[in-house]
Amino acid sequence: MTHRSYIVGAVLLAIGFATMAVGHFIGLFVAPREAMMGDVGRILYVHVPTAWGALLLYSGAFIAAIGSMWTGRRGWDAATTAMVEAGTVMTFLLLVQGSLWARPTWGTYWTWDPRLTTSAVLAAAFGVVLLLRRLIDQPARRAMATSVATIVAFVDVPIVYFSVKWWNSLHQPVSNLGSVDSPMMQPLLIAAIAIMFIGAGLSILRFRIELARLVAEEAAPDLPDMPDPLHLEGSDKPVQAEGSPS
Amino acid sequence: MTAPTPAPAPTATPGLPAARIAPPALINAEVADDSLAIVLREVLGGIVAVIRKDLLVEWRARAQIVALLGFAAVVLLLFSFAVGPDSVTLAAHAGGYLWLALLLASTLLLARSLQTEVESGALESLLLAPVRAPSIFYGKAVANTILLGLVSVVALPLDLAITGATVISPGPLLGILALGAAGIAAPGTFYAALTARVAGKQLLLPLLLFPLIVPALLAAVKSTTLTMTGDPMGQLPSWIALLVAFDLIYWSLCGLLFERVIET
Repeated sequence: MTHRSYIVGAVLLAIGFATMAVGHFIGLFVAPREAMMGDVGRILYVHVPTAWGALLLYSGAFIAAIGSMWTGRRGWDAATTAMVEAGTVMTFLLLVQGSLWARPTWGTYWTWDPRLTTSAVLAAAFGVVLLLRRLIDQPARRAMATSVATIVAFVDVPIVYFSVKWWNSLHQPVSNLGSVDSPMMQPLLIAAIAIMFIGAGLSILRFRIELARLVAEEAAPDLPDMPDPLHLEGSDKPVQAEGSPS
Repeated sequence: MTAPTPAPAPTATPGLPAARIAPPALINAEVADDSLAIVLREVLGGIVAVIRKDLLVEWRARAQIVALLGFAAVVLLLFSFAVGPDSVTLAAHAGGYLWLALLLASTLLLARSLQTEVESGALESLLLAPVRAPSIFYGKAVANTILLGLVSVVALPLDLAITGATVISPGPLLGILALGAAGIAAPGTFYAALTARVAGKQLLLPLLLFPLIVPALLAAVKSTTLTMTGDPMGQLPSWIALLVAFDLIYWSLCGLLFERVIET
């Protein structure tokens, strides 16, 4: 019965990759060359949708984190983790693409541009959430830490962006529906739709895996790292469940 | 402002509200205690008590705060060694060295402020005292701000002496030190509580804190440098405004979420 969401996730991923192929075909072979950057500018069709996708996934994770904190339900916790993870993957992709694009156009792999720096800070902030999650054994506390750290990191996004924007700026103006010429619009939109499908597919698959992991953990909490299954008299908790000895 | 006219009081007493409030007040005194003014007084009293307690703990173990000052001083020295004896470069980056030294020192201070509570189970006693969770957070955050401010006030002259920078506008600089210390202390205290019971906390706290603190660090370094090199473009107010905004956002957000962190 859990297989259905695996199939849904896989189908979404397949649609996403197929759409991506179409979008990139148009972007690479049909759309005109970018006036200033030439063929290098075609990375726009993968870079900009990746940025949108990452931001959407983080926004979804933020909402799921609030749900997780509010209700304490496993599903929200798994959803938060899934979307933070998928978003972090996209942010790392974004950084790599950005560097590849920056080298021929700006002459450097890295600059302290607001969006570039914000992406790096985002990758670090949300990556650490995943690390934090791995280090906490107790399910309730882990869910709490994940949701709280996700909320705090998400709130930081606009602040980081504006502070770095004031600090230094070089990035080309943000690409949106208004600033991109119409023949380049079509592949960009198709690629954006493709990224949404991929993001959703990855999140659903990851959500299902995380949920299965949480359920298994609840069914057999002593399995991973409980060398001594000793229970204290009158206490329903195993003695070492806290993981506190440092 | 309440100045009750004779009219509303009599109409209120025979009506529904009086009937609802009276019986619980007889059974359970705590229900009546939940009026806003009393809660506020309780929270504020708790904050003051926690600040006193934390500062007293630091005072009793003052060797540790001295060690922290020493740490900040050594970091400052190391920065100048790393950059070299070029006094122009050193003076130009004096603000950056100061804040990085403070930030590095802060992780030691922040981790300790909750570690002692968790290790001895004092946090549970504190909650049962009863001290409300926001009181614990704001009390600890204020105490950490004070201690960090203390470190910054000691580190500043050292920074100036080492780098040869001069302060043009000392008044704003003191304000920036306080705001920056507060900006580090609020999310720092929050994350220290979050990681206090996690195995790799010594590593996790800086990993969580440093990316988050980027805007505050930028604003603090920029504005500190402006008070040292002069501010011909009039940029200082906007950087201070950014610092204030960061402080406001994280002092309120962390205060809101802290209860969840500490009671889970």
